[in-house]
Amino acid sequence: MSTHEHHDHGHDHSHGHAHDHTTFQPDIKEPSEEWEFLEIALRELLIDKGVITAREVQDQIEAWERKSPEGGARVVAKAWTDDGFRQRLLEDGNAAVAEMGFEIEALKLVALENTDDLHHMVVCTLCSCYPRPLLGVPPLWYKSREYRSRAVREPRAILAEFGTELPETTEVRVVDSTADCRYLVVPRRPDGTEGMSEAELAALVSRDSMIGTATAFAPDGEGRSG
Amino acid sequence: MTERAISDLGGLPGGPIDTAEHEPTLSERRVDAMMMLLRAKPRSFWATDENRRTIEGLEPKTYAESAYYERWVLAMRGLLIEKGVLSETEIEAKLSEVRARHAEAGQ
Amino acid sequence: MTGPYSIGAKVKVSQGLPPGHVRTPLFLRGREGEVIRHFGDFPNPERLAYGLSGLPKLHLYQVLFTMDETWEGDGAYAPGDTVTADIYETWLEPL
Repeated sequence: MSTHEHHDHGHDHSHGHAHDHTTFQPDIKEPSEEWEFLEIALRELLIDKGVITAREVQDQIEAWERKSPEGGARVVAKAWTDDGFRQRLLEDGNAAVAEMGFEIEALKLVALENTDDLHHMVVCTLCSCYPRPLLGVPPLWYKSREYRSRAVREPRAILAEFGTELPETTEVRVVDSTADCRYLVVPRRPDGTEGMSEAELAALVSRDSMIGTATAFAPDGEGRSG
Repeated sequence: MTERAISDLGGLPGGPIDTAEHEPTLSERRVDAMMMLLRAKPRSFWATDENRRTIEGLEPKTYAESAYYERWVLAMRGLLIEKGVLSETEIEAKLSEVRARHAEAGQ
Repeated sequence: MTGPYSIGAKVKVSQGLPPGHVRTPLFLRGREGEVIRHFGDFPNPERLAYGLSGLPKLHLYQVLFTMDETWEGDGAYAPGDTVTADIYETWLEPL
């Protein structure tokens, strides 16, 4: 799909589902679970009663599919290369990303900069708050009971599970997204990336590096920067 | 500590994190899309916080055992009834019809 | 205008266990932290949750806690690690 689908263990699972909705006739798969019947019932009732239209549902699904971590990666790459933008992003996230055409309705976008001394990692212990306009749909693990439970207490163990080793002298700051803010982590710019274009840099910015469970990719193609 | 809300998880013990990627299914996308449409302008049937409150109000067993979008569709059902958009009777009638239709198609 | 708390203020999170929808996580109740950011004011989510207007708006702060203050050694973190949460003014007490 993209360079952001990078986890070593990321692919095995998805194959089982990969064809469910890419066939020419997605409805052909029979719903099997009770909640799927409920989805159908509610949708058909709402459409029959004129509350919503089938077209709107389809348009909404397509609008969602257009949002992906590539958006966030473009924002990060711009922050790495344009210091004025970087400062505006850290000061007022909504206004800064609006310059690039991203609309964050009603919520406050807060960009957090990772440095050698400070590493932010975002979680929502109460639900699953996530900056969808910039990162798309949250990964399942972000919404999982395990991540939401453990992140605030065992951040170093979680980082290790993600293959992210940070020195003890780097403060790991777990940011619990409990309210009206949505957090975007600006990962530390990897070494050896001087002179790279914004587009080349954006390719180094993984989804997980913008959540803070990972760092940005190193330019040599390795999974992580040092 | 007995008053912990079912959704308030910070600090609880847990196993390793399954980082497998998952492409959302069509049912999941539709639940998500409907939720956004019902919540957003111009309909604004409910606020995000009402949705959260409804999810937290699910039976603890249901909350623990149901998948993410399953909780969403259950909350949506509750809120549509609460807000008078749909009645419980018509939802149950429609649900029977949908089940019957798919049982037939499955034969 | 940063509401009742200024940046750097030492605060304590209320200990309460109110019923209903709450946006302050249990693990921080009764803990002492420092206000590091003021986000502005927002409708009260604990009222919005019941179909109310959420007015008057509440000031919202990012509050920083040390892992040690929060977990007293029982966790997987380094000595300087921290955790923050976004907490509405009604949940904070001055220290």
